[in-house]
Amino acid sequence: MPHFTKPETGSWTEQYPELGTGPVNYEDSVDPAYYAAEQAAIFKRTWLNVGRVELVPRTGSYFTKELAAAETSLIIVRGKDKEVRAFHNVCRHRGNKLVWNDFPREEVKGTCRQFTCKYHAWRYGLDGELTFIQQEEEFFGVEKSEYGLKAVRCEIWEGFIFVNLDPDAQPLAEYLGEMAKGLEGYPFHEMTEVFTYKADIGSNWKLFIDAFAEFYHAPVLHQKQATKDESEKLLSYGFEALHYELRSPHAMISSWGGMAPPKDPSMVKPIERVLRSGLFGPWDKPAIEGLDKLPPGLNPARHRSWGTDSFEFFPNFTLLFWAPGWYLTYHYWPTAVDRHTFEANLYFVPAKTASQRLAQELAAVTFKEYALQDANTLEATQSMLKGRVVTDFPLNDQEILLRHLHKVVGDYVTKHAEKEHADAAG
Amino acid sequence: MLPAEFAELEPYSDWVLAKEPQRYAKRLASSMEEMQAFYDAAFPLLERAMAHLDAFPLDDLPEPERNLLQLSYSLVMVSFPVEVWKQARVPDSGAAYLDLLVEPRV
Repeated sequence: MPHFTKPETGSWTEQYPELGTGPVNYEDSVDPAYYAAEQAAIFKRTWLNVGRVELVPRTGSYFTKELAAAETSLIIVRGKDKEVRAFHNVCRHRGNKLVWNDFPREEVKGTCRQFTCKYHAWRYGLDGELTFIQQEEEFFGVEKSEYGLKAVRCEIWEGFIFVNLDPDAQPLAEYLGEMAKGLEGYPFHEMTEVFTYKADIGSNWKLFIDAFAEFYHAPVLHQKQATKDESEKLLSYGFEALHYELRSPHAMISSWGGMAPPKDPSMVKPIERVLRSGLFGPWDKPAIEGLDKLPPGLNPARHRSWGTDSFEFFPNFTLLFWAPGWYLTYHYWPTAVDRHTFEANLYFVPAKTASQRLAQELAAVTFKEYALQDANTLEATQSMLKGRVVTDFPLNDQEILLRHLHKVVGDYVTKHAEKEHADAAG
Repeated sequence: MLPAEFAELEPYSDWVLAKEPQRYAKRLASSMEEMQAFYDAAFPLLERAMAHLDAFPLDDLPEPERNLLQLSYSLVMVSFPVEVWKQARVPDSGAAYLDLLVEPRV
């Protein structure tokens, strides 16, 4: 028996007839040719979030971003005019990677006045202009103004920096659409205390989104994380979301969460009772503006048991809000059909006291305990999918976001192939 | 190394570790007996430690207080093995890892 109201169509999924209700084929997660198509159709053409403006606080602050899926590396830098810009991380002289330390594949960050190539000391300003050529007189009429760094589209939404390798892409705000509009005004800029995690995961990038885009697994995979009585109760209830919404290519899930603080303290572990914190975050809301009246996009069902909303911005950016007043992001950066780099960032209002800081520490430690269990199932899934003994899987109504993700990816790949075909023909 | 009021935790001062990767590595390298002993000594003092530390500005803690805070982070780190898992590793986590690359300054 459902605990929460479903839409009149009888299910979340059937509200969107284009999704169908049949089993979903997972060839899209094991076929190398399909991955190549995703690179061209998606990662070289959609808006990708590469971080927040706090990463480049002042003139000359920069960081690099490895985009294996788009076969490039980018430099994101704040200029003298305070604008944030993005460039391909490649020297115009002979293609050396411009910014890196020790290991060319590792991302770096820092502050500088200009970028100097390690190879032949060509120099570029923060605006990408080529300013110096070593032994310029040896070259044959090279115009410096024609050899600046290759710029990449770079736009900002609510402090989140996005890039797009397609010069003809629609503007960022238009791409993010109504779903993002409903989140504007959230006090992201106050939540500057960050925990950044990274892992190399042996699975297709979509499988980790699948894992985080449904909570059907939570009472089962994570059952040992709760106290015994509590986990038995959760398992008998199963999981039902408060609300789902699709605004293709993006989507969201809204969920209850009564654990911050819990109704009955005996439901939680001793350390949680003392530190007043846990998976759902510190129980005491930080004293900042903007948390009492949340933007309209949060808790769309206006449910009093609301605990968390997770937004999947296509293709690989998850923005997850917790009722007690903090948020986290996930990024899934493909490196091969069966590998990706997973990055998670937890954002809190900076602690003023040790008690507040310890509450954040417990939330961060707890996050990692859960994420390790989530991550480890993926490699096993990937290897079984690759065997292709079973190819189609019956996703349930609480897995609507997965059904949607695989459909949207498929639509992008098909549309791009059709366009390539038409361009070649005509 | 710790504030005088918390002298009884001095035997566990090897848990005063500044960074999460150090604390996580020590957790994996410790036996359940070692973590249980540390937890049994430190957990009953946690509320008192918080009250003590809250009297200082967080970004300007004297060294003994900073050590006590870092010891408390380690207590958080061992709380899962002690209170839940009864083992150092997260069950079903196999070879998975998740490195913490950036953490708060304090």
